[in-house]
Amino acid sequence: MSVFLLNVLLAIAWSALTGDFSPLNLGFGFVLAYGVLWLLTRKSSSRSYFLQIPRVIEFVFFFAWDVFKANVRMAITILSPQMRLRPAVVMVPLDMKNEIGIILLSNLITLTPGTLSLDISSDRKALFIHTLWVEDEEKFRAEIKSGYERRVKEIIEA
Amino acid sequence: MAREIVVMSLFLVGAFLMFLAGLGLLRMPDLFLRMSATSKAGSLGAGLVLLGAVVFFQDWGITARALATIVFLFLTAPVAAHMIGRAAYFDGVPLWKGTVRDDLRGHYKLSTHRLETQATPPDDKESIDAVVQRIDDH
Repeated sequence: MSVFLLNVLLAIAWSALTGDFSPLNLGFGFVLAYGVLWLLTRKSSSRSYFLQIPRVIEFVFFFAWDVFKANVRMAITILSPQMRLRPAVVMVPLDMKNEIGIILLSNLITLTPGTLSLDISSDRKALFIHTLWVEDEEKFRAEIKSGYERRVKEIIEA
Repeated sequence: MAREIVVMSLFLVGAFLMFLAGLGLLRMPDLFLRMSATSKAGSLGAGLVLLGAVVFFQDWGITARALATIVFLFLTAPVAAHMIGRAAYFDGVPLWKGTVRDDLRGHYKLSTHRLETQATPPDDKESIDAVVQRIDDH
């Protein structure tokens, strides 16, 4: 996290020194500072930050694609004369211990159309998800666990 | 010209998503399904319309405000959906008859409002079934 702040500060410093605070120049400064920090922190413990950034970028694309797919499916369901619904409330056990990670995970699940996180068990060991279409609940659980939980875990706990 | 096409398609898709949210609200059979239809399609639609405004004005001040609005929209909508869903479940709002599975049934302890990973047996006087039964008897 502190490496990230350093990265942002260096990007602002770059913009100040070049006298141009446009989004494009700030972004260029960020990329430049990222490279410099990568060279400087080769042996330190803050190495994980450089694994995190590509993962975050990968996750953003994965999430956007998933939201797009679910939206198309939602549109087809709502517009079709007889709505094909197979709703269910499914309990998904959580491996993640980190509270921030669990909050992030449940928020992301709610933001995908068709799934809604209803509640987290008081001992933080299971998430209860309401979904619109469930063919096979084991498959649904596996999708949540390998698709979302694994990625969020990698980003948070790296 | 290219910018206008981008702006127009963002507005159009955004408005269409909000229209779907409204239609879903009318067509869906129970509260949880209605919430599913409105909370995301609505926030995503509003987000796309805001993005359209960003591309149209190309102004730093408007971009910052629009992005902040999108972030807070996406941060608050899931929390609201969680609170409404939880309150509805405690109140005994029925799930649609076509619901295939309900893992929450029997997992809430009503006196403490704790959510257990192990289900309480339905004859326990603290389970939702027992409370709903008591309300019906009343």
